Amino acid sequence: MQPDQHEIELTVNGSHYRRTVESRMLLSDFLRHELGLAGTHVGCEHGVCGACTILLDGDPIRSCLMLAVQANGRALATVEGLASAGGELHPVQQAMHTHHGLQCGYCTPGILMTMTAYLNEHPSPSEDEVREALSGNLCRCTGYQNIVDAMMDAAARMREAAP
Amino acid sequence: MKPAPFKYVLASSLDHALALKAEHGDEARFLAGGQSLIPAMNFRLARPSVLIDINALTSLAGIDRPEAGQVRVGALTRYRALERDGEFLKSCPLFADALPHIAHPQIRNRGTIGGNLSHADPASELPALAVAMQARMRIRSAAGERTVTASDFFAGLLTTDLASDEILVDITYPVLAPRSGACFMEIARRRGDFAIAGVAAMVTLDEERRCTSVRLALCGVSETPVDAGAAASLMIGRRVTGEAIDAVAAGVRELIAPSGNVHASPDYQRHVAGVLVQRAIRTAHQRISHAA
Repeated sequence: MQPDQHEIELTVNGSHYRRTVESRMLLSDFLRHELGLAGTHVGCEHGVCGACTILLDGDPIRSCLMLAVQANGRALATVEGLASAGGELHPVQQAMHTHHGLQCGYCTPGILMTMTAYLNEHPSPSEDEVREALSGNLCRCTGYQNIVDAMMDAAARMREAAP
Repeated sequence: MKPAPFKYVLASSLDHALALKAEHGDEARFLAGGQSLIPAMNFRLARPSVLIDINALTSLAGIDRPEAGQVRVGALTRYRALERDGEFLKSCPLFADALPHIAHPQIRNRGTIGGNLSHADPASELPALAVAMQARMRIRSAAGERTVTASDFFAGLLTTDLASDEILVDITYPVLAPRSGACFMEIARRRGDFAIAGVAAMVTLDEERRCTSVRLALCGVSETPVDAGAAASLMIGRRVTGEAIDAVAAGVRELIAPSGNVHASPDYQRHVAGVLVQRAIRTAHQRISHAA
């Protein structure tokens, strides 16, 4: 069988890309191997662990459960786009650093993408709501407590920063 | 690459999608949200030779009211759109309880109601809701259109009444009747996991607070959603008392024959189902009291 190739155009973190992809290439593999954006991590590759979470037109999704060809014409955001151009960390990144919310760091990009979208939509969550929002991202190192602390702190920082 | 090779076609219209499906039959699969199909393809449990992407068919998405007392949901409507539609959740309150149990927000941003129902996972919540609410599914093929009831739609484990050239187009649900209450509950080992057992209950009372209708359906305890209406019928014409609820739960435990799984023995599933029946009916009933 001839490889089934498709030309796609998309935006990732504000940069425009045009590539030819095989139809069976997952979006997660496309980001890592074709665009060199290896910050999006690949864990289970069947939608359970959340490591590959990115934003599709602003909404968090599993990039391992979408084909690259389906991203044609869409705008994506990955962890590489969170910090400012000058290198200043996003409040959610800064809070993870301050509260030791990561050890091995494998789950971290997915958690950052899930939670930046969540906190933008829910600026004043309770701790229970943060745990619920985190339920689709598995971490095997920190036991979640520091991640929850970081998110409560990040929410407060983001509220202060908002006009 | 995880999935086996396939030919990808972005359908430009429903007729285009149906013509492709008629041509390729079981070799082709429709790609909606992909939250069940893509994992199966990543494991190579599913190896379609043609993937018909229906995501551009926006006419298949959305919620409308074809006539009073009914809500129609397009098959391509995503869980998130349902979750964010307060008017819909008020009309069909079982969804307000059930949607948060479906995996996680990242999955709900992509997954569609039509994909969910067509996949017919035995542990899934929405098939049980469709049976409890006596929804009607509209099905199309290149040859024509037909409508089936939810109880006829679910044929077996991961199997529906859909023929190889057909697609589920939309689902029509009745709006919750006056003096009614609804509740969905489930038990899973972790938030978002597959249900060990789940129960959807709807109770309607007359002005004397006697029961005129009880709908009861379960997920996770059989190969298809279980319509437990027969076990609940003893409540009809009576007040909703603790004894009546206990009798319904006992009837449901006799009715179901769960096969058990790695997380739960059949006896445990049967026990949990009974407890959930009690709680769901009690809560549905309380919700009427609060509203009236």
